[in-house]
Amino acid sequence: MDEIRILSPTGVCGSGFLESSFEAALAQQPHFIGCDAGSTDPGPEYLGSGRTAFPKDAIRRDLRLMLLGARRLGIPLLIGSAGTGGNDLQLGLMHKLVCEIAAAERLELHLALIHAEQDKAYLKRRLREGRVKPLAPAPHFDEKVIDRSAHIVGMMGAEPFQRALEAGADVIIAGRASDTAIFAALPILRGFPEGIAWHAAKILECGAAAVVNRRTPDCMFAWVRKDHFAVEAPDPTLTCTPQSIASHSLYENADPFRLVECSGTLDLTESRYEALTERAVKVSGSRFIPAERYTVKLEGAERAGYQSILIGSIRDPYIIRQIDDWIARLKERIASRVRMVYGTKLGDGDYLVHIRVYGKDGTMGPLEPVKEIRAHELCLVFEATAPTQEMASTIAGIIRHQALHLPIPEWSGLITAVACPYNPIDRGAVYRFNVNHVVEPDDPFEMFPMDLYEVKRDAQRRLAA
Amino acid sequence: MTVLAELARLIRSKNAGPFELTFDIMFDDVHTYERVKNSGAVTREVIARRYGLKPEEVKFFLCDHALAIKASIPRPYFQGDPRDSDGHGGQQYAPLMDIDIP
Repeated sequence: MDEIRILSPTGVCGSGFLESSFEAALAQQPHFIGCDAGSTDPGPEYLGSGRTAFPKDAIRRDLRLMLLGARRLGIPLLIGSAGTGGNDLQLGLMHKLVCEIAAAERLELHLALIHAEQDKAYLKRRLREGRVKPLAPAPHFDEKVIDRSAHIVGMMGAEPFQRALEAGADVIIAGRASDTAIFAALPILRGFPEGIAWHAAKILECGAAAVVNRRTPDCMFAWVRKDHFAVEAPDPTLTCTPQSIASHSLYENADPFRLVECSGTLDLTESRYEALTERAVKVSGSRFIPAERYTVKLEGAERAGYQSILIGSIRDPYIIRQIDDWIARLKERIASRVRMVYGTKLGDGDYLVHIRVYGKDGTMGPLEPVKEIRAHELCLVFEATAPTQEMASTIAGIIRHQALHLPIPEWSGLITAVACPYNPIDRGAVYRFNVNHVVEPDDPFEMFPMDLYEVKRDAQRRLAA
Repeated sequence: MTVLAELARLIRSKNAGPFELTFDIMFDDVHTYERVKNSGAVTREVIARRYGLKPEEVKFFLCDHALAIKASIPRPYFQGDPRDSDGHGGQQYAPLMDIDIP
């Protein structure tokens, strides 16, 4: 085998791609189709709650086309980070969608589900053994954090995908996975150099994001060979240039030259980028430096509380010029009123009132270098985060009343200081990311159990793993 | 003398995972990239000052193939925390736009 051809239909399953591009790519006879289906980028709500960032019907549309294309060519379909966060709820949703599509389209397939949700007792054991190590910057992580977490997932490497391929799976739906592992697994399994496989994977995982003139999410295609890889977008109107491909390693990476995977680090310092045609680029020289110790990154989300918010604006220049002091006085009033309402039931540290001031530093917070207010009006977003939704709603009600009528020295008599277009809004549970650590497992598989199914149209049978 | 925003093709910010922010300053041609790179006006120290950080908190890279200058900093609040103001980190680059380039 002197090359592996890879189709990445889109950067995220559910964000869409053109059917014309997909068909053009299938005509180039890919050896497999890979697709990332998740990210931390939409925020902790998704890992925490199990909801998906892209709508279920949009995921179904992309998944259906990918399943039909893969079965038509008889090639594997690998999907990682199922349902945004890659936890077991989201893996279950993708499993259900595959079964529904198989039934509707009369497909027969061997399905592997790879779990990434972590067992809390397992994590506590590894933590006690000193085999959970912080990355930088990392929040404090201990057994209490593990207990509080709604979901903790491990980010799997290429090996669990390889095991599923070797078990004969032709559709692999994985929980949280390194985006690149989805695409590097098969080339590495077939003996292609890891530096080339991982770098090609890095370009592929975002679909057509690495083209010069991206308009909508779309397909990307790569040819992985023994001493280089080539990449081209199937849509003939999209162009890759050496610069656009080199630039892609910048996107959403802290370090553009060193990309850390479970099994080592992709080193791009010696990579060379050449134009192969007007639309295709050849990349060589990328190296993979194996890690001394295999590590698996954890992602966790816990409920930060329940939230209610109030949106308001201020036009009075007297208030605008004293806004910091006004907010400090308002927060004191709110705290005192909360104590009156809840007494010892809700301590001062058990809830959070946060006030964002748009027109001042609402966008950048502490990073904002502009200190003077240049706006003639300010928008304020008041947030109450508390242990229950009822408490959060109550505090938002208190904020509304206290903010409306907080006196200022310039005026005497009752003022109404805030213009509110809406009543307070309940946001439900809100979540926070709570871990930036790696686990040192005994092997690449122990954190990622696999289930195998034989799916025949509308029936599925669990196989012994 | 001109400002960085007028020379760059794109200045952007984005999450690099939930705990870091990253800035990409990208150019259209080698000449402009080299001009900015060699000007000494865009450095780790300058970026640190613009965001009120210590230089050692800033990761700084010159990316010759990409014709880009890149920097990464810790987030003031982790992505999605109750005090975080920019979930995707997409609007944190404005303080870089008016850096004077000789």
